[in-house]
Amino acid sequence: MAAEADKTVRRVRGDGVDLAVYEQGDRSRPTVLLVHGYPDTHAVWDEVAERLAGRYHVVRYDVRGAGASSRPYGSRRYTFDYLMADMRAVLDATAPERKVHLVGHDWGSIQAWEAACTMPDRFASFTSMSGPCLDHVGHWMRRRLARPTPRNVRHAAGQGVRSWYIYFFQTPVLPELLWRGGLARPFARALELGEGVRPREGHPARTLGRDGAAGVGLYRANMLRRLRAPRDRRTDVPTQVIVPTRDLFVSPHLVGGLSGRVPNLSLRTVAAGHWVPRSHPDVVARWIDEHATAATGGTLTAAESRALRRAKVDRGRRPFEASLVVVTGAGSGIGRATALAFAERGAEVVAADLDLAAAERTAELAGLLGPSGHAYRVDVSDAAAMEDFAKTVLHERGVPDVVVNNAGIGMAGSFFDHTMRDWEKVLDVNLWGVVHGSRLFAAQMAERGEGGHIVNTSSAAAFTPSRSLPAYATSKAAVLMLSECLRAELKGKGIGVSAICPGIVNTNITRTSRFVGQGDAEQDRSRARASRAYARRGFGPDGVAERIVRAVQDDRAVVPVTPEARLGYLASRAAPSVMRLLARLNVG
Amino acid sequence: MSNNVALARTDSPAELERFREIQRLCYECADEVAATLEPGVTEREACRRMRRWLRAHGVDDWLHTPFAWFGDRSAFTGFKTPAAFLPSGARLEEGMPYILDMAPVKRGYAADIGYGGVLGENRIWERLDADLAEYRSFILGLVRERRTFADIYAEVDALIDRQGYQSRHRKYPGRVIGHQVGVIGGILPKGVGFPFGVRFLQTIGRELVKERLEGRSPLWNGAKASEHPPTPGLWAVEPHIGFRGVGVKFEELLVVTEDDAYWLDDDLPHVHRWARREALA
Repeated sequence: MAAEADKTVRRVRGDGVDLAVYEQGDRSRPTVLLVHGYPDTHAVWDEVAERLAGRYHVVRYDVRGAGASSRPYGSRRYTFDYLMADMRAVLDATAPERKVHLVGHDWGSIQAWEAACTMPDRFASFTSMSGPCLDHVGHWMRRRLARPTPRNVRHAAGQGVRSWYIYFFQTPVLPELLWRGGLARPFARALELGEGVRPREGHPARTLGRDGAAGVGLYRANMLRRLRAPRDRRTDVPTQVIVPTRDLFVSPHLVGGLSGRVPNLSLRTVAAGHWVPRSHPDVVARWIDEHATAATGGTLTAAESRALRRAKVDRGRRPFEASLVVVTGAGSGIGRATALAFAERGAEVVAADLDLAAAERTAELAGLLGPSGHAYRVDVSDAAAMEDFAKTVLHERGVPDVVVNNAGIGMAGSFFDHTMRDWEKVLDVNLWGVVHGSRLFAAQMAERGEGGHIVNTSSAAAFTPSRSLPAYATSKAAVLMLSECLRAELKGKGIGVSAICPGIVNTNITRTSRFVGQGDAEQDRSRARASRAYARRGFGPDGVAERIVRAVQDDRAVVPVTPEARLGYLASRAAPSVMRLLARLNVG
Repeated sequence: MSNNVALARTDSPAELERFREIQRLCYECADEVAATLEPGVTEREACRRMRRWLRAHGVDDWLHTPFAWFGDRSAFTGFKTPAAFLPSGARLEEGMPYILDMAPVKRGYAADIGYGGVLGENRIWERLDADLAEYRSFILGLVRERRTFADIYAEVDALIDRQGYQSRHRKYPGRVIGHQVGVIGGILPKGVGFPFGVRFLQTIGRELVKERLEGRSPLWNGAKASEHPPTPGLWAVEPHIGFRGVGVKFEELLVVTEDDAYWLDDDLPHVHRWARREALA
């Protein structure tokens, strides 16, 4: 490919070593320096570099001890002083007199922290992944152990366990012998099994055995010294930390309290393992690009700038600040209350409803409480309309972070009075609406690779059989099961799925429900009776909205809301026969 | 009437003029006291200012003593018992909404007004107040159609729901959106069975019985007793809406005749405010 083809290699003289330096992309463009970790070589960045080369001058080098660079003997040659001298040499050779965008992974990131803190004037931005500043970790551990609350101890122990190899690397000779004696093959196998990173040309490198053995020096020369006596390291460089939530070596909790030392800090979490540049190159490249563009005052799309604002660490930040939340059925009841609850917490809201005027009202109120609201008219049961809607949202607003498939209709009456048309109507809106919403927006979220959350409004009727609600309860039970299945599949992509089962909530669903097998007048009376009963119950949609927000924050699977819904949920599992008995009551 | 306690005679221009005067006096008081509100003032202090002002201007009895609700209390947030309505030590702050509510009696003629405002800027209050304007013509229109009071109550509820707000008048005793007002007198002493005036309680108590016999009620809410067409007389109408800790209301006298209805006075601060906002939009 073109980007790979124009890759040039040259040797740069570091502090007593020869470094292999690789460059691609137009040299007149801003420079990105990618620093690899242990036991990798520059090739761990191949996918990311290729994606960045179109817009940046991408510079990589094999760190001393790795790949095609020299491997000095003895751990003394691997201290930060030497590493910093090497980096300076590379910068002087490839990007003299210009600030570069610094990116580090694993040990590359540890070095990059040192660089960002000790020579901040050389960097326009810094992106760190899976490699904390050792001094920060030292301080972090001390803070945790100085106040040994159960949580602090758990977090500290979590990182302690993840660092098992560090202790091992302090052992003399043995690690080198193992690497040289053929640890490379099982390592590559473990990478594939544990991280899902398949071996490819260049990574793991053919030099892995030698890289692994030489790089042990990095740990021996620096780790204990910095962890035992951490220095006060700070940087004003705009810093972005990419936090893989399933990292087996670096605890996601290590970023806690970082903003005290790094005022200009953004955090981005991704459901990935340690080798995130290999497993998620699209996401990593996009985030590097967005962060670098923002740091140099470049132009960003609305979605990009929202993503950056969402990542920003700020004390006064509301929990859903700069998130995009889509709610269907947002013109009234639970949908409107949910849209407003998210808006109140800083989210930009897309309010969709069959009734455009009602959706516009919700959007207006959302704009009053949060950054902005947008109204769309959509019939969730119409596949084509939903496709259009999802595309429009994507183009006009970006990929949503939360989607609430809430639109639904009520229907009550005897099974014998439900016509085919009645069944179609209920299933079209209540089930297909959720299927379309989940399908289209989950695809967008998965494609983006940054996670998200889908909330489906089911009902307590999903687990409460009743002779009066055959069609409605069936549609809602289907939504519940759909949510559970979807949750299982989307878990791996960092997308949460929650099913909400409200129970008896006072909304206008009772005024719009269809009571099958009844004349108009009788129907009106039934609606009025149901509305009065629901009003007497007195549980408003705001309470449900609060639970939906919490379900997203805590990634809850199934949330029965009202006490009767919770009781029903319990009874449906503990005493299904009682539920069957109650189902015979005609409450319609 | 023999005992000098009566519902207003809406066919007497002179009598209506007396009610108009006392209502104007109330709004004058509200305007003046509102102008003195500054950060740090408590509800109690605001009520004291209203009481003093009204006493100084000839007020001799109360339907109820003045109320003031500041901040989220203007939306009756967390009001569990009737005592919560009484003026508290809550202090006014910049950006806070407030409501002043007073119902004085002067030489037997009474008014009952509600006055909403905000100290400084508050986007939610602005929106809410702009939307409140609709209720004045909406309610009047429905009364003119001679829909039943219960019906109108339900229509107002539906409008509040469409707007995405909450009905706050449902928190008032009896969930009332309005109540009848008349000439206050009687043999009981002037005085306050806190916070309601003794003579007012006497009047409303008597009317509750008397109207009941005719299948009507001097209280206007959504219940069965209000399922009757508008009763001729003077009605203090007080729609009160709330949203996220901000409440606004207006309260003024509506004249209901046998076949028509009109607001007693259109020369009122909130009417002018809404007209100004309308003109700007």
